Amino acid sequence: MNNALPAVLCVLLGIACACGLESSQVSVSKTDRIEVQYWEKWTGEEMEAMKRIVDKFNASQSEIHVKYLSVSGIADKTLLATSGGTPPDIAGLWGDQVVQFVDLNALTDLSDLAKDAGVVEENYIPAYWSICSAYGRLYALPTSPGSGALYVNRQLVPPQYASPETFPKTISEFNKFAEQTDRRDPSGKLLVASFMPRDGWGLWNMPYVFGDGFLQDGQINVNGKDDLEAWTWVKSFTDRYGVTETKSFRSGFGNYSSPQNPFLSGKLATYADGPWFSNYIRMFKPSMDWFAVPFPYPDNHPELAGFSTMNLNTLVIPKGAKHAREAFRFLAFVQEQKNMEQLCMDQQCNSPLSNSSQRFLTSHPNKAIALFDKLAKSSRAVPPVPLAIRAQIGSEVGNAVDQMELGELTPQAALDQAQSRLVAMWAKYQQQVLGK
Amino acid sequence: MRSNRQNVIGLLFASPWILGMAIFLFYPVISSLYFSFTSYSILKPPVWIGLSNYQELMQDEIFLKALSNTLIICAASVPLTTALAICLALLLNTKRKGISLYRTLFYIPSLVPTVALAVLWLWIFNGQYGLLNEGLSKFGIKAVPWLTDPSWAKATLIMISMWGCGNAMVIYLAGLQDVPQSLYEAGELDGASAWQKTKSITLPMISPVIQFNVIMGIIGSLQTFALPFVMFPGGQPARSTYVVAMYLYDNAFLYQRMGYASAMGWVLFLATMILSWVSLRLGDRHVHYGGGA
Repeated sequence: MNNALPAVLCVLLGIACACGLESSQVSVSKTDRIEVQYWEKWTGEEMEAMKRIVDKFNASQSEIHVKYLSVSGIADKTLLATSGGTPPDIAGLWGDQVVQFVDLNALTDLSDLAKDAGVVEENYIPAYWSICSAYGRLYALPTSPGSGALYVNRQLVPPQYASPETFPKTISEFNKFAEQTDRRDPSGKLLVASFMPRDGWGLWNMPYVFGDGFLQDGQINVNGKDDLEAWTWVKSFTDRYGVTETKSFRSGFGNYSSPQNPFLSGKLATYADGPWFSNYIRMFKPSMDWFAVPFPYPDNHPELAGFSTMNLNTLVIPKGAKHAREAFRFLAFVQEQKNMEQLCMDQQCNSPLSNSSQRFLTSHPNKAIALFDKLAKSSRAVPPVPLAIRAQIGSEVGNAVDQMELGELTPQAALDQAQSRLVAMWAKYQQQVLGK
Repeated sequence: MRSNRQNVIGLLFASPWILGMAIFLFYPVISSLYFSFTSYSILKPPVWIGLSNYQELMQDEIFLKALSNTLIICAASVPLTTALAICLALLLNTKRKGISLYRTLFYIPSLVPTVALAVLWLWIFNGQYGLLNEGLSKFGIKAVPWLTDPSWAKATLIMISMWGCGNAMVIYLAGLQDVPQSLYEAGELDGASAWQKTKSITLPMISPVIQFNVIMGIIGSLQTFALPFVMFPGGQPARSTYVVAMYLYDNAFLYQRMGYASAMGWVLFLATMILSWVSLRLGDRHVHYGGGA
């Protein structure tokens, strides 16, 4: 027992030394370059695509080495690491998170760095640049973006609608198309639905199809005329199919990226999604004969044509990053047209740049890429709501639509309830986070 | 002097645990209590707002809905899981050939990771292709929208929670094996039936184990998170499966309202304490300690 104390001390000393050694090993880079830590959400093919850009950057110069690390739950982890004073030098956030991070004072202002590097707004599609900016300053730079269009399975639609030229352009034409496309068995069970307005990417923005959407004069407005019209139209599909039949039919839908995806399994004749979806068609249903069209617009309102939901993957430099300048050099490298187009092509996305090369448009794996590119440039392209309570808006509106579809509340009552909650949430957020 | 030295050595040996508890448990717990009285969004310093978060919680319809969902799930799943685990333990307490294999087989499901389990159940409860509806259709029962109907979604969650009864079953099994054989022999001499032996000997003798498992079950079900989080994103449909832990997570990590989420955590802790205390008090009358007075 007399020897126990030194033994314990030795063990503790040993542990401390091991930790110290480990820590010193981490701080010494394998090369004499400055190591830039890059956290990104991607795995699989998307990760490989970005890794090729990282490798190209690392091979291009001798001062900086970018180390790519695939991180799940990227937003939470970046925020916590930033809070703890050890953020990565670069993080790959979704565009709709930028404003929230800015409000939390978590991002480095890139405006001056971008100006010095010649990265300017004119080179980008306006909606994508707006996603990267907040309060008139630039806090992120784009990587691969998305814009939404309607995919159509040619084999499931009546012949008169089976081409981009003859596909319905207006909502009333689309309603007629829907009635002719739905298929039921003799017992009334739905076999093929023309469209399910809540299944697909970007359809949460439905009010923008009909007008102003979730904001009016910068204020939250989820129960306006356009919202009511939009969700009533959405509800009309449930009413037509029947609540029980809709629930039963939708409950048979499998995972998005699987052969059981409702569009890929032939349950839906049309499906809203971004340019990357052609990759899933290629992987899980290569025999499908498809085309893509813009979403229909309300009758007598051709000025509302060209609606498209937008989102964007971004690169940000968290506040407190140790190598912000070096990190920005990588960000600027990604923005070069040939690198950006390589990344977007490998990830099967459109490009955030205002001018796409002919090569990009002709050799892109998505045959409808020109349409996605055009929609991204449309005046009706809808970037994420530029408010940090975007997630709450999605949750409240989603719940309101659930309630109206289930018949628990009228559309107006459900939206009014969502509006009053959101106004209170926004007031609380402004008071507590923005200090207003 | 020697005793002091031994105390120091003992403390040194225990110090990794003490440090771990202090840093990774006590500090966060105390911090969260402080944060619950503040407006705190992680990167900005917390601002003291007194009881505002708690007052807001009491008027927050979504929180009250989530709390009611959590309590309903707890009230239904704890008794059902307890009953199922006891029944299985009684069945597996018999002396049969290959009983160890059966015990293992019934325990294995509780080892399946929750997320993998959730994905599996999503397919079993799939409204159109699910095994369950396929089986029901053989009896002429129409397909049930297990996952998409608010009234069924909660029931689905309760049914799935019973899947993890293997842990409780093993503890019951250990308790059953501690029941003295002499009591059963005495019962048999008095002409007791199997049911009478179960009711008057087995259940009273394992009542402390039941009480322990019920309390653990209450704590576990009040903290339910992963299963509804994976199976019913956002508590769909119509927030019928939105539980407190999901709302807490959303507030902390999605809405960055760490102070509000901390207050929610403390309310949940309080609810857990109250329910555990009620279980203990009820146990005073019904729990029988064989080795006691």
